Amino acid sequence: MSAGRRVAYVNARLLDPATGFDEQGALLTVGGEIAELGASLFADGVPDGTKVVDCAGACLSPGLIDVHVFLGEALETTALAAAAGGVTTIVVQPDMDPVLDQVAMVDYMNRRGLEAPINVHAMAAATKAFAGEQMTEIGMLTEAGALAFTDSRKPIADANVLRRLLTYASTYNALIVQHVEEPSLARDGCANEGEVATRLGLPDIPPAAEVIMLERDIRLVELAGGKYHAAQLSTAAAFEAVRKAKSAGLPITCGTTPAHFALNELAIEEYRTFAKISPPLRSEDDRKATVEAIADGTVDVIVSAHDPHDEDSKRLPFTLAAPGIVGLETMLPLALEIHHGGHAPLLRVLGAMTCGPADLLGLPAGRLREHAPADLVIFDPDTPRRLDSALLHSKAKNSPFDGRPVQGEVVLTVVGGESVFERGE
Amino acid sequence: MTSKNSHRHLLGIEGMPETEIVDLLDLGDSYLERYRGAAPIEQVLQGRTQINLFFEDSTRTRTSFELAGKRLGANVINMTVSSSSIKKGETLIDTAMTLNAMRPDVLVIRHSAAGAAALLAQKVDCAVINAGDGRHEHPTQALLDALTIRRRKGRIAGLIVAICGDIMHSRVARSNIHLLNTLGAQVRVVAPPTLLPAQIERLGVSAHNDMREGLKDADIVMMLRLQTERMEGAFVPSTREYFQFYGLDADKLAYAKDDALTMHPGPMNRGVEIDTSVADDIDRSAIREQVELGVAVRMACLDALCCQGSNSRGGS
Repeated sequence: MSAGRRVAYVNARLLDPATGFDEQGALLTVGGEIAELGASLFADGVPDGTKVVDCAGACLSPGLIDVHVFLGEALETTALAAAAGGVTTIVVQPDMDPVLDQVAMVDYMNRRGLEAPINVHAMAAATKAFAGEQMTEIGMLTEAGALAFTDSRKPIADANVLRRLLTYASTYNALIVQHVEEPSLARDGCANEGEVATRLGLPDIPPAAEVIMLERDIRLVELAGGKYHAAQLSTAAAFEAVRKAKSAGLPITCGTTPAHFALNELAIEEYRTFAKISPPLRSEDDRKATVEAIADGTVDVIVSAHDPHDEDSKRLPFTLAAPGIVGLETMLPLALEIHHGGHAPLLRVLGAMTCGPADLLGLPAGRLREHAPADLVIFDPDTPRRLDSALLHSKAKNSPFDGRPVQGEVVLTVVGGESVFERGE
Repeated sequence: MTSKNSHRHLLGIEGMPETEIVDLLDLGDSYLERYRGAAPIEQVLQGRTQINLFFEDSTRTRTSFELAGKRLGANVINMTVSSSSIKKGETLIDTAMTLNAMRPDVLVIRHSAAGAAALLAQKVDCAVINAGDGRHEHPTQALLDALTIRRRKGRIAGLIVAICGDIMHSRVARSNIHLLNTLGAQVRVVAPPTLLPAQIERLGVSAHNDMREGLKDADIVMMLRLQTERMEGAFVPSTREYFQFYGLDADKLAYAKDDALTMHPGPMNRGVEIDTSVADDIDRSAIREQVELGVAVRMACLDALCCQGSNSRGGS
């Protein structure tokens, strides 16, 4: 990208959740940065030498930042899927083969990321090989660019190990991210405990497995210090615990995924493996509590937990199928449902996908501000359509949302000032 | 969508209309009469191929299906997919598609994973009978249990049936609950709390931890095997404690009606869930009849699935 290339985005509804700004106007990027924005910008026209993109009244927001993505297929197709979903930054999980727990691997990931059209970062493992025993080289990994530390799909189960991690990580201001599920209660369960699992004869997990571990972890944060993030919460009780912890001033944050606020446990009926995820889909009451938690700001980030799986790993009996959903391209329209349904203002919903994740991990993007990276998404928030898995840009199509009517579509995605996706591609 | 059991498959009792259930019971009844009376049985499956695809070991159920098919004239092939085949990496679907290419008329499948039969049914062209899928359903067992009850008691509606044992892990329990409720029985489940599945009452049963209470005035006492191979952890402290509080002995049976019937899908763990003398009491125990009726009921199911439309009633 030639430094100094000027692009003017006009006739846009500018949305900056970080400042609460929501007005018609224009935005100018110069090179890879945002230069200027405002309601009156280019009111008298755009000078020569500046490329003009007419947004035709569509929304222009910071590009989405997705901090929970599994690299289950090639980075190329994942990046395509991200761009198509308006996601300009992804943070990949260390759940790779081998586990991302070494400095050299973070370096490699960062270098590969440079070749991608979108921004790619990584979290590193919290314990070596996810064994849950020895901590990884938090200091050196942080210096190498790891944005946080997590054992990914596995909870850090031993209280003493987690305590030590929190204590040690605080020196480097590193964030510990936990898969919140008490493993001895979850065991081989694959569905939410209750009538649906009982009828289907599926081994189940009590919803309390989530809050039980969360409350333990909150006490550990009190004891040890450090910053803690609950990766994907899905139950009313857990959100309540987060509210309490936040009002006590503890550095506890949390995320959730579209599946958890858009679907409930009924979605697994007839053993639909595309609806098998971890944590499992919950009762309707818990689903509603998840929506409320996004609306009242308890949820800091919405993530896709994008987890590509080929047909073979899903075309199995439910207990044997791999859990996970592809979500990069469906995150935005599904999140917009919360707004269209009248549960939360647009800026709140967008904030959980832009400044929320940016602030969580200390990234400069996620806001419309002078000198911020020119990572933008222009989207039409209203036009109705049906999600069609066949049109997904990822190689894997394991989504339970095929055919779902939604409103909201990405028109253009811009990373570092360059267009990386245009509707119709 | 039509009932998943009409016309193509028998995957489970849940959702099956009462008329369909009664038709199968009637047909099973007539097959029973036929071969008890040594009358010739119309070979309605002559030239048809039945493949018993068992991913879980089970001599009794497999033999029952084999006999049923052969009595109707089918070519019956048994395939026990041992764990070594699974270790070789061939998936359930691959195995099924391979067999499907050989064009069987009916596949009888037993698998340790819930939903396996339904998954298979989506992928093959022939009729599929679920011979047990994990904890989910075992429809032919429930049908033969119902026929046993109906023959001995003359009806099912209004009877009090107590299903006792490891309800949590039991496909027999689930299928029976659905069937007995559909036919108007009053169903109770009796188990220690650790062996009752979550929200089981929502399936239309009353749950009891006290066996004497659960058996009070029951017409039918259905015992389930304590399924040690399906338990990973400690659900009950010991078999002797289990037998003391949840085993069927004369003392507890006395709380049921005087003419209450005892049943067990087999195989029995004598001294664990059922006292030996109770099991062998020929007046009260219907256990052997269940086995005999099993073949007749499976004949009915094979007939109904393979010969849809043709009005076969086991011969002239």
